[in-house]
Amino acid sequence: MEFNSFAEFIAMGGHGLYVWLSYGLTAVVIAWNVAQPVMRRRRLLKEQAQRLRREKKHDAKA
Amino acid sequence: MWQWLKRLYHRLGSPKWFYEITAKWIPWLAIISVVGCVTGLVLGLLYAPADYLQGNSFRIIYIHVPAAILAQSAFMMMAIAGAVYLIWKMKMAAWVAKVIAPIGAGFCLIALFTGAIWGKPTWGTWWVWDARLTSMLLLLFLYFGVMALQQAMDSEESGFKAAAILALVGLVNIPIIKYSVEWWNTLHQPATLKLTEKPSMHPDMLIPLLIMIVTTYVFFALLVILRTRNEILWHERKRSWVKDILEP
Repeated sequence: MEFNSFAEFIAMGGHGLYVWLSYGLTAVVIAWNVAQPVMRRRRLLKEQAQRLRREKKHDAKA
Repeated sequence: MWQWLKRLYHRLGSPKWFYEITAKWIPWLAIISVVGCVTGLVLGLLYAPADYLQGNSFRIIYIHVPAAILAQSAFMMMAIAGAVYLIWKMKMAAWVAKVIAPIGAGFCLIALFTGAIWGKPTWGTWWVWDARLTSMLLLLFLYFGVMALQQAMDSEESGFKAAAILALVGLVNIPIIKYSVEWWNTLHQPATLKLTEKPSMHPDMLIPLLIMIVTTYVFFALLVILRTRNEILWHERKRSWVKDILEP
């Protein structure tokens, strides 16, 4: 291991701000990349199932 | 071989086949992404030695280089998918090209951000208009252009066609990015990895980088599959096989 303590790891020999800012921004983009398709899928399935039910009800009436 | 390729092509062209087969791949791709990312980052952040010139700021390489490589590969894949759509009118290819654009733009953004942050302690500046940085910024704008064109037209089809053409034209930028550090006198350092040469990096630094690069490709495949499945659900929503999914 290159670091002797957790504080040393966070400090990154004085470059902590740059290293952790990079990793933090990357984490945000990655999280959005995963969340976007998962949420869209949920919404799609819900909306389309609703549409299908509505159409069925409509057909039953007619 | 040719028959096998033809069969694969026809299967890939079938949204239903793609939707069903990828359902089995998703958990594996997700597991490999997480395990690869954790392994690569633990090795890269904790065990790799500090760079003798740059100190610990060099650890940004483990996201910067994989993101930059992927942003370029993704653009090439997007252009190829666009070409397949233009030539053979394969709908699936158009959807794949469509979903790659925002993912590739995301990785391009990561490469630019981390590069700027890395530049500050290394070069003393966030940004310079040198060939590598400028051509990479152009790549981001090309991604934005492709995304805008996909939605700019009245019909979805003509949007996909225009976007595919821009992607193909934009391919010119890829070799410019690659060779910019050799053709011009840039502040950006030359390539860390070259396919034709033995790497100059210490194995303790190099192995985590290779793990991160492979993992990024796997993660990219996962993202493309997730988004393509949504496109399939949307475009095929009136087909009976999708209706069966909607109400089991």
